[in-house]
Amino acid sequence: MIELTDIVKTFQAGAKQVDALRNVSLTIEDGEIFGIIGFSGAGKSTLVRCINLLGRPTSGSVKIDGTDLMTLSSKELREERKKIGMIFQHFNLMPSRTVFGNVAFPLKGSGLSGEEIQKKVRKLLSLVDLSDKENAYPSELSGGQKQRVAIARSLANDPKILLSDEATSALDPQTTSSILQLLKKLNRELGITIVVITHEMEVIKEICNRVAVMEDGAVVELGDVFDVFADPKHSLTKNFIRTTSNLSKIEQMVADGVPGVTPEKGEVLAKLSYRQKDVSEPLISTTAKEFSLDINIILADVEIVGGAPIGGTVVILHGDSARIDEAVKYLRNKNVGVEVIKDARNPY
Amino acid sequence: MQGILTDIFPNLMSKWPDFIKSIHDTFIMVIWAGGVGFVFGLSFGIILTVTKPGGVLENRPLFQFLDKITNLFRSIPFIILLTAVMPLTRVIMGTAIGVPGAIVPLVLGSVPFFTRQVQSALAQTDEGLIEAAESMGCSPWEIITRVYLRESIGPLARATTITAISLLGLTAMAGAVGAGGLGDFAIRYGHDRNMQDITWATVIVLVVAVSIVQITGDTIAKKNTH
Repeated sequence: MIELTDIVKTFQAGAKQVDALRNVSLTIEDGEIFGIIGFSGAGKSTLVRCINLLGRPTSGSVKIDGTDLMTLSSKELREERKKIGMIFQHFNLMPSRTVFGNVAFPLKGSGLSGEEIQKKVRKLLSLVDLSDKENAYPSELSGGQKQRVAIARSLANDPKILLSDEATSALDPQTTSSILQLLKKLNRELGITIVVITHEMEVIKEICNRVAVMEDGAVVELGDVFDVFADPKHSLTKNFIRTTSNLSKIEQMVADGVPGVTPEKGEVLAKLSYRQKDVSEPLISTTAKEFSLDINIILADVEIVGGAPIGGTVVILHGDSARIDEAVKYLRNKNVGVEVIKDARNPY
Repeated sequence: MQGILTDIFPNLMSKWPDFIKSIHDTFIMVIWAGGVGFVFGLSFGIILTVTKPGGVLENRPLFQFLDKITNLFRSIPFIILLTAVMPLTRVIMGTAIGVPGAIVPLVLGSVPFFTRQVQSALAQTDEGLIEAAESMGCSPWEIITRVYLRESIGPLARATTITAISLLGLTAMAGAVGAGGLGDFAIRYGHDRNMQDITWATVIVLVVAVSIVQITGDTIAKKNTH
């Protein structure tokens, strides 16, 4: 368990004092994948560097499994760091060493024999699916392969925690996805706790259990990824979520007058969003039958987040005006968010 | 063969034992001053790199002191340094003249230069590598040996090449304190007695020496760059 309590970090930039972290407190449980999201400059990288004290907080306490790292001697701290792996945006592989040399790097002084090191490195490389690249140099690898080597290296000392600092930010979407799947697999198979720093909501959505949203050196929202996605409280969170959903395009489409999205006279254009974890009922079909409406789905975007579907649809409701109102009420009762985008029933 | 050489280099052939001795003296000066200078320059370069603001062993007073001293010695022309350090040379070597007398000023002249070369070679190390090594629990000493030095073999080989070649040039000036060597040989006979063939022979030997150093340095640098 990682316990960060009242972490404050201030930098001196010339005569000006910059508050990079203002009283941040977080608890990250064993075995979870915890996401920290924020724009650059929000303090997320500074915060993650407090976990292994690469950057020492100005005040506050950093406890890992009850050990307060702030009180350790530098030698004890180095031992503790070996149990915390870290991967970086720019991979930070040693260019003069082969893939094997890079993965073996942290094993020097571990007490393992040459043969044991070789066995371990091979095992790690097969775990990240790079067994055939043992003798390649980093310059010969693609970005995704480099990050896999970095992941293998970070796991060399069997850490309990893996810190990922924008590890997928320099990769294309497809490679990002494969790296995220790898992290998920490591979390599942090794039970390793993963702390993911990112500025992409996609990353959070794809692998995290819980998320903290950071702005200006403070955590502004914290919770289960599903809950945060279903019902974001802070405007920044809403912004981040909008970037990942196709549904947000509808406003732009209506404004642009894209054919097919504009409701005819007597119709209502509405956005339905699902907020709870058991969207298994055929809601649209039921509503259509129950209230004798035609429901035309214009856009739909439903994804699995935190193990449950989340998202919604944009629909045009066509039918009796009073029944449309009843249908909206019915859906709201079913805990579906209904946002009327354009009501063409009573043109003025 | 001997006949042709005597035709082209008449004076050189008559001063042959002197010529061989001067090559030998130059060689001795470069090896000794270079060897001692390498150790000091490398150490100072490393110290400057790790004690700089934000370095792994940040130490502002030590950094400032070393930085200023390096600048001070870098700004003294070698020919002045030669004579200025004579008292110190006498204390260390027991004499201020001859090959032993030249080694102290040669070291003092080349160390600050090499220190800066090492510093700039090490500065090419990606800060991310240092951070990664720290995150893996490496000690400052491990970071110096396993990251800074190991990852900078190529740039360090180039820095050493440049310094060795410039040191070869400095030894020619050391002739001014009676150190002997090729520079002294060329001035004494080639210039003072207008024996042109001796000047040219010296140039040829120096060109060959420089080429060997350069090729060796390039090979090491290339082998260690991936």
